[in-house]
Amino acid sequence: MITKDNSPDYEYVSQKGLTREIVEDISRRKGEEKWVLDIRLKALEMYYALSMPTWGPSLEELNIDDIATYVKPASSMKDNWDEVPENIKDTFVKLGIPKAERDYLAGVGAQYDSEVVYHNIKEELLSQGVIYTDFDSALVEYPDLVKQYFTKCVPLTEHKFIALHYAVFSGGSFVYVPRGVHVTMPLQSYFRLNSPESGQFEHTLIIVDEGASLHFIEGCSAPKYNKFNLHAGCVELFVKKGGTLRYSTVENWSKNMFNLNTKKAIVEEDAVMEWVSGSFGSHISMLYPMSILVGDRARTEYTGISFAGEGQNLDTGFKVIHVGKDTNSVVHSRSLSKGGGKTTYRGLVRIMPSATHSSSFVDCDNLMLDDISKSDTIPVSDIRSSDATFSHEAKVGKISDKAIFYLMSRGLMESDAKAMIVRGFASPISKELPLEYAVEMNRLINLELEGEIQ
Amino acid sequence: MKNILTIDNLHASVHDKEIIKGLNLTINSGEVHVIMGPNGAGKSTLSSCILSNKQYVKTAGRITFCGEDITHATTDVIARKGVFLSHQLPEEIEGISVFNFLKTAKSKIDGKNVYSTDFRKELMPIMSSLDMSESVLDRDLNVSFSGGEKKKCEILQLMALRPTLAILDEADSGLDTDAVKAVSKGIEMFRGEDNALLIITHSMKLLQHIPATHVHVFIDGKIVKSGDSRLAEQIDMRGYEGYKGENG
Ligand SMILES: Nc1ncnc2c1ncn2[C@@H]1O[C@H](COP(=O)(O)OP(=O)(O)OP(=O)(O)O)[C@@H](O)[C@H]1O
Ligand SMILES: [Mg+2]
Repeated sequence: MITKDNSPDYEYVSQKGLTREIVEDISRRKGEEKWVLDIRLKALEMYYALSMPTWGPSLEELNIDDIATYVKPASSMKDNWDEVPENIKDTFVKLGIPKAERDYLAGVGAQYDSEVVYHNIKEELLSQGVIYTDFDSALVEYPDLVKQYFTKCVPLTEHKFIALHYAVFSGGSFVYVPRGVHVTMPLQSYFRLNSPESGQFEHTLIIVDEGASLHFIEGCSAPKYNKFNLHAGCVELFVKKGGTLRYSTVENWSKNMFNLNTKKAIVEEDAVMEWVSGSFGSHISMLYPMSILVGDRARTEYTGISFAGEGQNLDTGFKVIHVGKDTNSVVHSRSLSKGGGKTTYRGLVRIMPSATHSSSFVDCDNLMLDDISKSDTIPVSDIRSSDATFSHEAKVGKISDKAIFYLMSRGLMESDAKAMIVRGFASPISKELPLEYAVEMNRLINLELEGEIQ
Repeated sequence: MKNILTIDNLHASVHDKEIIKGLNLTINSGEVHVIMGPNGAGKSTLSSCILSNKQYVKTAGRITFCGEDITHATTDVIARKGVFLSHQLPEEIEGISVFNFLKTAKSKIDGKNVYSTDFRKELMPIMSSLDMSESVLDRDLNVSFSGGEKKKCEILQLMALRPTLAILDEADSGLDTDAVKAVSKGIEMFRGEDNALLIITHSMKLLQHIPATHVHVFIDGKIVKSGDSRLAEQIDMRGYEGYKGENG
């Protein structure tokens, strides 16, 4: 846990707020081609045209005029940690990134505020044609590949904050796994939003080509400030015929963060898309990963947990659209709330008439650790195929006094008993994470239970 | 002989309804006490109260354990002092394996680190004496266990944690004949000169294997009669009819 941060020298911090000048300035500083600027400007128009969401948590406290959308650290991108400026490197060392890279990752990207400061991938993957680079470099180095997919999964018009994202996007990762290549060790990108009153708008684009496979891990965190920060990233995933992609996220935002992230996957024939998601921190989160099962026999699975403490409102859920025949989706969602925090599961299952013989199973379990916390389940199902199988199970309950008594009668202090129950409750999700991340998640759970201020 | 537990004029209620109505009980080391009483009399409430279950409010009286007043101590503290309760209805805890739970409990109660490999080895003979398969250790605690498996798991914990006072709340109910034998063997192995047993039961099954030194008839929140093992036989034959009147 990082309580204080090294404030690096910033090369450039945009003016607060959002204007055409700011957007043009970001593009100029990045030396972008016109087609990219055109997308930004079109998105800016959309941003002005679209209205704020009328549902979900209130975003009244969020004022874009208080947010700097582009914050460039005084460092260019490196592929060697030794060259990353000491104060920035320190942050990532404390987060365990370089060690994780040595131990079990096939590649790492690290973003600090608006720019990627480190990116590296193992030689052997390069020789297999795997591309893993920061998104800005991809725009320059692989323009054709990027153009073919960029904005094709998540369009500019999706919602107001995606329009904002496309207007000021910066950083993020680009991955291409060629046909039939299996990347056996995970790739990880880490996003650190460090500067107060600023936003992070990274764009992640991943293409897993036919029969290929990849596990991608995304980590996010930010130190605590008194002013609000905004995270409006975008993740576009393409899983081609017979491919497999697992996208794991452990987000640990500070409690002053508006996390309005958008993630979506297009899943082709016989392809598999797995989401594993741990959402911690943030003041307000609105996060609804989505799979569109376009191909026949495409499958998707979502396993997620969110934990809301005092002053937090975490509105999350999984959305799936079944288009192809014999498609299948499975959702295991768990949420915890404590100290007056609120969690909401807001999901969608839509099975189109074309998706014959498709099935969907949704299971939501919400645990409240006290009487003042809240939890809600708002599942929407829209089943348009007559032979679809759909089932939804939802449970909302308070932590059991009897279970606490049982554990305490074996010598565990009340706090340990609660922590054990909560860890057990979270285990279906932590089991899906690589060991190191499961450990990290348990640590976050313990911190939340102790009510430690980050 | 050492005093293990003394309960002096205990009154306890739940939601303002009095359940324990002036209960006295003294247990010394080496003794095996048996409490028998009709359903709903308050036997489980008593065992919960000894361990300070927060659901129940003690409105009067005093409980001492090995000379220390534990009336208002918290459940975990009482457990660490050496009181064990085999629960009538053991809770199912998802996502926590029997082994990890038991290892945590052991380290809390012994106040020192417990090493997984050593502890697993220590559990093996206990498990085989209870006719439990080793794989139980890796299952989620009590989750989807049969009634009998849950009871065996409680006895496994008893034998692993080695308390000074073991309270067994219907440890024998739901057990088949072989399981009763196995469980009794476990309890018999635990029993010694320095510890004591408080057995709550409706049947003679366990008592055929473990000789009771004291038997108490528990009706409507208090002990109405105490005696030796012959009292248990009488109750087994005639039921509680004769005692219910004694309860004014
Ligand atoms: N938490 C509670 N809330 C309300 N009533 C309770 C509670 N706990 C116990 N009771 C009531 O107190 C009485 C005694 O219950 P208890 O479980 O102690 O009985 P028991 O003697 O153990 O019965 P059995 O032989 O059936 O196990 C019962 O009437 C029961 O319904
Ligand atoms: Mg009972």
